[in-house]
Amino acid sequence: MSDEVEMQYELAQSRSKTFYANFDRKDELQHQTHYCPGCGHGIIHKMVARAIDELGIQNRTILISPVGCSVFAYYYFDVGNVQAAHGRAPAVGTAVKRSRPGSIVVSYQGDGDLSAIGSAEILHAANRGENISVIFVNNAIYSMTGGQVAPTTLLGQWSTTTPGGRKAENEGYPLHVSELLGALEAPVYIERAGLGDNKQIAQAYRAVRKALENQVRGLGFSLVEILSPCPTIWKMSAVDAQHWVRDVMEKTFPLGVIRDRTKEAQPRKMPEAAVSTSEIPQLLGIEHEGPAESHAAPFVRPKTTNLQVRVAGFGGQGVLLLGEVLAEAGLDAGLEVSWLPSYGPEMRSGTSNCHVRLSDEAIDSPLVVRPDVLVAMNEPSLHKFYESVRPGGWVLYNGDAMPEGCDRSDLQVLARPFMQIANQLGDRRAGNMVMLGALLECTGALSQETIDKALGRMVKNAKWLELDKRALAQGRELLRESLKEVCHEG
Amino acid sequence: MADTGKRDRGSLRIDTDECKGCGLCVEACPPKVIHLSDELNHYGYPTATYVGAGCTGCGICFLACPEPGAITVLRLAHAGSSAAKAEMSEGVGR
Ligand SMILES: Cc1ncc(C[n+]2csc(CCOP(=O)(O)OP(=O)(O)O)c2C)c(N)n1
Ligand code: SF4
Ligand code: SF4
Ligand code: SF4
Repeated sequence: MSDEVEMQYELAQSRSKTFYANFDRKDELQHQTHYCPGCGHGIIHKMVARAIDELGIQNRTILISPVGCSVFAYYYFDVGNVQAAHGRAPAVGTAVKRSRPGSIVVSYQGDGDLSAIGSAEILHAANRGENISVIFVNNAIYSMTGGQVAPTTLLGQWSTTTPGGRKAENEGYPLHVSELLGALEAPVYIERAGLGDNKQIAQAYRAVRKALENQVRGLGFSLVEILSPCPTIWKMSAVDAQHWVRDVMEKTFPLGVIRDRTKEAQPRKMPEAAVSTSEIPQLLGIEHEGPAESHAAPFVRPKTTNLQVRVAGFGGQGVLLLGEVLAEAGLDAGLEVSWLPSYGPEMRSGTSNCHVRLSDEAIDSPLVVRPDVLVAMNEPSLHKFYESVRPGGWVLYNGDAMPEGCDRSDLQVLARPFMQIANQLGDRRAGNMVMLGALLECTGALSQETIDKALGRMVKNAKWLELDKRALAQGRELLRESLKEVCHEG
Repeated sequence: MADTGKRDRGSLRIDTDECKGCGLCVEACPPKVIHLSDELNHYGYPTATYVGAGCTGCGICFLACPEPGAITVLRLAHAGSSAAKAEMSEGVGR
């Protein structure tokens, strides 16, 4: 046999299986990340993915992604994912690790996230020696928001908030987070690496892998800081940015191991999983006491409740208040509730809407996508949500009649000039309460007493309270009458 | 690749749809066998191109590239011998 036949090429380095096959963040470009050309985040993502592959921990890894350019890390890593509020990743990671001790928790954070708004979280997670791995991507600036100064910005470095360069007198000195954490007792491993050239990249990979491996071995807190190029905000070519890491950044942030106790460290005792909620009364020694005062009144639920409502209209029509009264009353009735005001781009055109859910059971999501009842206070809102109403559901519309095109036969409809009706009662602003009255009547969801109680808490002005109560009663009446009409017609 | 009878130790595949033309692989490659082509891909980036010979299979371009699958590095190995890929020596391919 000839050499040609005997020898063949095989894969040496290829796409990590820890990445999703497609990144479905967008309809197109599903194979690319959202990072700029030459961005260090992409390189570091590949290191984390590769280490996960090599350690065989994909199925138990949970990645905590930060706020910053890498906020979308969860679109790329096919592992468990939690996206934390700005700077909170180590705290979230702590919770994840303690409640799921078998998981491998990777807190992935930028320098703005970790060293500015999240400086407390990282400090205390490190000080507790939490058994998590932190990947700290230091590009010396807030990139996602367009280049403001970060605690890690170099002296003299340009940023939008230090247009003349960072000055120690104004913004202080570049914060050496790794050295600071290195002064603590608990951390097992802290190293600073860089992406400035091939040698640095190889070292960075070894450090990332070690930080994860330490956690697999149960040793405790590991952190790798990686000096990482941001060509876009630094206004450099990708290659120049890489060189800048090596030639400039490294002078302020020297590379190397800051703490390494991996040889002598003993595996930490796994934290015990948290107790279940049902065990808590016993732990507190209160298992024989009744429920707290506010819930003491036994309530009888006529039937199971699972009500999903969408309320929409112009600002000033009382959209949010209607939802709030409903949710507050639901709470009084001992139900699970959610109330979610929706702030979308539509806010700018002066409309608002909210989602309300009332249920006997825990609510999975506060979003109401298929409402049982749509309360539409104007025509644009009606058109916007009309098709989403569940078959058999109700539409309460503030208008004399349903406009053209809104003619689904599988819905029940009450179209009345609610605001005008309220005006006759005393003030058009009570129109939302007329609509709430109709809603309560058509769903039979809550007793009038619970509503009155909630309303009494929320509306302090006696004159308004009285008007609102009349408005509610009027709304109930309107709905009852409409049902009678239907019976007569039928 | 022209068959000169002598095989390179490594070879390269570049997914031009995924490449963003940053040039980091060009910079990273020790024997300088990657260059940026003049042609732009679908998204308007010039793309990395393997010159077609001389790759050692070192893999550093893969590590330096920010995109998950833009680069795939292949290495020559004796069929059936997995040790060969780890211990690639100068003699291989002759
Ligand atoms: C509570 C909160 N404050 C401020 C912001 C705005 N914000 C978004 S990203 C960011 C800075 C991110 O910088 P860094 O962590 O360095 O990440 P990079 O984008 O550089 O990768 C800020 C301040 C926010 N989203 N949430
Ligand atoms: S702005 Fe900077 S950190 Fe953000 S994706 Fe672009 S290069 Fe990366
Ligand atoms: S594997 Fe090494 S030699 Fe081959 S193209 Fe990549 S960097 Fe160059
Ligand atoms: S490093 Fe990757 S993205 Fe950049 S030019 Fe090379 S192949 Fe393309």
